[in-house]
Amino acid sequence: MQTFGWPEALFILRSAGWTLALTAIAFFIGGAIGGVFAIMRLSRIRWLRRFAAGYILVIQSIPVLMVLFMSYYGLSALGIELPPFLAASASLSIYVSAYLAEIWRGSIESVPRQQWEASASLAHTTAQTYRHVILPQAIRISLPPTVGFLVQLVKNTSIVQVVGFVDLMRAGMLVNNATYQAFQIFTLVGAIYFAICFPLSRLSRHLEKVMNASRSH
Amino acid sequence: MLFQDVFSKWPMILNGVWLTIVLSFVAIGLGLVLATALTALRSLAGSWAGYIVDAYVELMRNTPFLVQLFMIFFGLPQIGIRLNGLEASLLAMTLNLAAYATEIIRAGVDSIHKSQIEAGLALAMTRWQVLKHVVLQPAFARVWPALSSQFVLMMLASSICSFVSVQELSGTAAIIEQDTFRSFETYIVVTVLYLVLALSFKLFLNWLGRKLFPQVSGLARLTEAHGEAA
Amino acid sequence: MPAVLIEDIHKSYGSLAVLKGVSLSVEAGQVVAIIGRSGSGKSTLLRCINGLETFQSGKIEVAGHTMTQDPTKLRELRKDVGIVFQSYNLFPHLTVGQNIMLSPRITKNVPQAQALALAKEVLAQVGLSEKFDSYPDNLSGGQQQRVAIARSLAMQPKVMLFDEVTSALDPELTGEVLLVMEKLAKGGMTMLLVTHEMSFARNVADTTIFMHQGLIWESGPSKEVFANPQTPELANFVKAGAH
Repeated sequence: MQTFGWPEALFILRSAGWTLALTAIAFFIGGAIGGVFAIMRLSRIRWLRRFAAGYILVIQSIPVLMVLFMSYYGLSALGIELPPFLAASASLSIYVSAYLAEIWRGSIESVPRQQWEASASLAHTTAQTYRHVILPQAIRISLPPTVGFLVQLVKNTSIVQVVGFVDLMRAGMLVNNATYQAFQIFTLVGAIYFAICFPLSRLSRHLEKVMNASRSH
Repeated sequence: MLFQDVFSKWPMILNGVWLTIVLSFVAIGLGLVLATALTALRSLAGSWAGYIVDAYVELMRNTPFLVQLFMIFFGLPQIGIRLNGLEASLLAMTLNLAAYATEIIRAGVDSIHKSQIEAGLALAMTRWQVLKHVVLQPAFARVWPALSSQFVLMMLASSICSFVSVQELSGTAAIIEQDTFRSFETYIVVTVLYLVLALSFKLFLNWLGRKLFPQVSGLARLTEAHGEAA
Repeated sequence: MPAVLIEDIHKSYGSLAVLKGVSLSVEAGQVVAIIGRSGSGKSTLLRCINGLETFQSGKIEVAGHTMTQDPTKLRELRKDVGIVFQSYNLFPHLTVGQNIMLSPRITKNVPQAQALALAKEVLAQVGLSEKFDSYPDNLSGGQQQRVAIARSLAMQPKVMLFDEVTSALDPELTGEVLLVMEKLAKGGMTMLLVTHEMSFARNVADTTIFMHQGLIWESGPSKEVFANPQTPELANFVKAGAH
């Protein structure tokens, strides 16, 4: 049995780097897909709306663990075997896409109706209205919940070991299996997660205060 | 693709569903009691109590549920407290839900204007009566949508308890998958079951909200808030 | 040809009839005030003229365009018909200058330098040159409304619609807005205004129309309409003062 010393701690810290990388990739890819679904959700074409709504509803009504398994084994069934990092990125991106789509759709719908009217009255096309009037405001509105969701994402990366990826959590478990000092190990692991998540949570709350201040005029 | 192998294990699956439901309901019940106590503690005991509650809430909301679960299951034995998988899961889910619920209830309580409390006191109510009728009851009504979302998320998070060998639905899926090697079929069935569970639970909570808080059911539908994952 | 021609407009929201056969003709340079109780259909009528509301039957022709729901034609119509809203609806993420320059640049492809000069000119017209780089939420309600007027003017419209533009303002701020509107009227702009400002209607508008229950109840030269109401509804309305 090993002791829990510096090499083990460093291994855990390095894996934290992988957790951050995974978070970033899932956030950006998931965000891009989520943006597409948000637009579909707001489309005038009924089947597009329903398809997007269904996609979002399903993913929001199942555990993240299932999203991981479904995408991993789903791809397997199609004959595609992805290496762990790609498998984890892909599954998490799907998870992210549904939640961000919903947040962003909500943000767009929060832009007051009169802004649409004013823009249309100035002879803007729908695309121009989105680009110059609605999206700039929607993005501002979406910042607090989007940053808040980022915190959820970081925490949910803790289960990607089920597709074989060694992230911060898995690293902790491996060290625990070797050293059996769970209390110290998971305190360190927890502290690292906390160090990542807490500032983001604070940022989200700060952004919300700033938003509320500028809206009360 | 053979679903038959999976369907033949239906007693096991049913047990898994049942355990998921029981685990969720007990954790939610205990978690709510704890959350209410913490909220009361915060408002009645002064600022030091407030700081401790805040610290607890921040800790639970900024670390993954899996870490909390493992801390209880693997870490506590080091200081002499040995819990089995089910006990550890129940404790972890309760503590986690209580943190989120405290925050949500606090938002509800804060939204009750001071003038309401003054009105209650002016009508010769005791402090306890004011707390119950003027503060807590309307506060709960207002945040019921957010609380409901959190309950559903907690039920989905119970899937993580499979990591400590609890045979709720996900744990059962793992065993069936090992037995039958039908990974895709197993997880499709289990995913659909979770979907049914979550949507039914949501409908049930909506109905419950209308029964418990009839006076604000319209408002509740308008102010649907976002929940957060465990 | 009249600047605005409205022929027998009928509009319902589901089973609720809001406009029950409204016809109106407005010549270029004419200023028409539309008064009436809430629910009389006056704002709905105004919003039909630039296509923000649709109607089930009838015809509207404005500034040489026929009202249509075809998006391209509707946009062409809206380049010639300006509207100012009760809640100003300035774009909060853009400065005053950017608010004014946006539409000429993106809908008429006016080059940046020209758009800038145009924006400064209309802003001077409403008396707010020094606010060019300010954001809307740093301005008072009256100032925001004047910027809204300038934003419409920058499109060089042939007809301007005003939908209760002073109703949301504190009393001491309505004056500055009414002054700008009076200047526009004297300058020959064709204007239709839904308003509660009775003295403005009487003194500045050539024609006043009183709407009641979805119909034009009375109409005529402003001074006449206010001095000699022909129907009890208008008489009561004028007596009540504003609402």
